[in-house]
Amino acid sequence: MRLDIDRVTIEAAGIRLVEDVRLAVDSGAFVGLVGPNGSGKSTLLRSVYRALRPAGGAVRLDGDDVHTMDPRAAARVLAALPQESSAEFDFTVAEVVAMGRLPHRNRTAASDRAVCARAMERTGVAHLADRGFLSLSGGEKQRVLIARALAQQPRVLVLDEPTNHLDIAHQLDVLRLVRGSGLSVLAALHDLNLAAAHCDVLHVIDRGRIVASGPPHDVLRPDLLADVFGVRAHRVRHPVTGAVQLLFDLHPPTTT
Amino acid sequence: MRRTAPTVRRRTAPRRISVLPLSLLLGVLLALSLLCGAGLGAAGIGWSEALRFLWAGLTGGTVPAHDAAAYTIVWEIRLPRVLLGAVAGAGLAAVGVAVQAMVRNALADPFVLGISSGAAVGANAVILLGALAGLGVWALSVSAFVSALAAMALVYAVARSPRGLTPLRLILTGTALAYGFEAVTTVMVFGAARGEATRSAMMWLLGSLGGATWAQLPLAAVTVAAGWAWLRLRAEALNALAMGDETSAALGVAPSRIRRELFLVTAAVTGTVVAVSGAIGFVGLMVPHVVRMLVGADHRRVLVVAPLAGALLLVWADLLSRLLLAPAELPVGVITAVVGVPAFLLLMRRGGDAFGGR
Repeated sequence: MRLDIDRVTIEAAGIRLVEDVRLAVDSGAFVGLVGPNGSGKSTLLRSVYRALRPAGGAVRLDGDDVHTMDPRAAARVLAALPQESSAEFDFTVAEVVAMGRLPHRNRTAASDRAVCARAMERTGVAHLADRGFLSLSGGEKQRVLIARALAQQPRVLVLDEPTNHLDIAHQLDVLRLVRGSGLSVLAALHDLNLAAAHCDVLHVIDRGRIVASGPPHDVLRPDLLADVFGVRAHRVRHPVTGAVQLLFDLHPPTTT
Repeated sequence: MRRTAPTVRRRTAPRRISVLPLSLLLGVLLALSLLCGAGLGAAGIGWSEALRFLWAGLTGGTVPAHDAAAYTIVWEIRLPRVLLGAVAGAGLAAVGVAVQAMVRNALADPFVLGISSGAAVGANAVILLGALAGLGVWALSVSAFVSALAAMALVYAVARSPRGLTPLRLILTGTALAYGFEAVTTVMVFGAARGEATRSAMMWLLGSLGGATWAQLPLAAVTVAAGWAWLRLRAEALNALAMGDETSAALGVAPSRIRRELFLVTAAVTGTVVAVSGAIGFVGLMVPHVVRMLVGADHRRVLVVAPLAGALLLVWADLLSRLLLAPAELPVGVITAVVGVPAFLLLMRRGGDAFGGR
């Protein structure tokens, strides 16, 4: 399924957080959104999974505006991993995953169980089913949330910094799981090298506007990184995969 | 292949009790407790007699003339009181569950929204100032309910924001306005010259089922049942909301909308319960926690068990409140606190992780 963000503008308390953003996620593509802190990544994603309503423009799934669709109908095709975690109520892993079934109609307890069991198998958390979600490690939690998203049986997946606070093995593991899901994916990522290695297309967002778009090796240019992130970057090739990777200097780019 | 060694479990997996047997057990206990409530009391009416009166009342039978006074005590005073206790307990427990999910705070209870304090203003205007005297015996309930609705409208209007009703705004608004309402009540209590009225006001503020009549029951029961049914239908949405507003939105449950609905339902049930029984504390805070410890956090289960547990607790608390110092009566809120606090602390210390996180 194709996701289109069409000239989306988002305002909060009179401040324009996202301005005239246009980007598309083709069916089955893994699209990354990178940008400095406060650039509007999360805000933009929140408008995609309907936690925010844009002031202008539209978010479309195969042409249908997600903000005029029935919320549950939208949730049947689009799942999200927001960047929040409540620590107030101790649901078990199985209960958290089962929440993914909420938007679906015509379901039975048995079909829900089967779908959830498959989702937990795919993300390798079946053995945690009876554990309390709050007692899990960060990596386990993220896999459980991916299982919940898969239990939603969506066709588009939106991820807000899914690798935050994870060690490197778990970062790679999470991205591999997402990649292997075959869904159309839009992910905000902090780590430019992870983004370069995993994304088909990257969009760079800065102060609420998209400033560059394209395949990672075209987008991650030293001049752009100096402009947007204020760092000096050196491009190298990954010795095995050939993907572009970056090495950074602490010096500000002006002191060449 | 997973390289990581199997993690050592810091605690054992949460132990969960199946809902069906637990509900059946609580249901049977509740039925027996209702009988106890009707059979026991200060008047010293024997068990077999009390059962005979109940049977006569249920089947429309007759009782001998010399039993008329005892029959009236069992059928007209005790039974509506016990039933109202069950209804109020069920309502407070169900609303407690919902309010905790709505404001995503395990310390919330039905009164955190300021509705009971608002109701208290109306109730005390009747008790202390003799307001609405034209309504007779209904004055107290009507006044309490109307002022609960007014308080609810005020809290809603103040807590609203462009982003809808957010948990923090709801709690802060409810708490702040509750202080205001309590100040008004306090002024009325201080201003009242009559000692007995002040005592009644105190009784009402701490909660009492002493004024229960058959006439109050239908409306309270229907409101609690309808509110509970609605909450149970929304149990999965409550689960989503408990995980966070963003998660909820992503699962197709618009948080602002569900919170608005929850506010109306919980306020209506709270207002109704408070109007007939005063502000009985602790049931709406403790029962949801204890039930979550027993059956887990899933609201589909919590909302089945909690009303039964709340009803059971309040029936016994009320029974104790009228037996301990018979023929004098303690406010039932004192009993829920005396019984509840130690039980609650004990369970909390043993409950570990199941208790509102770490």
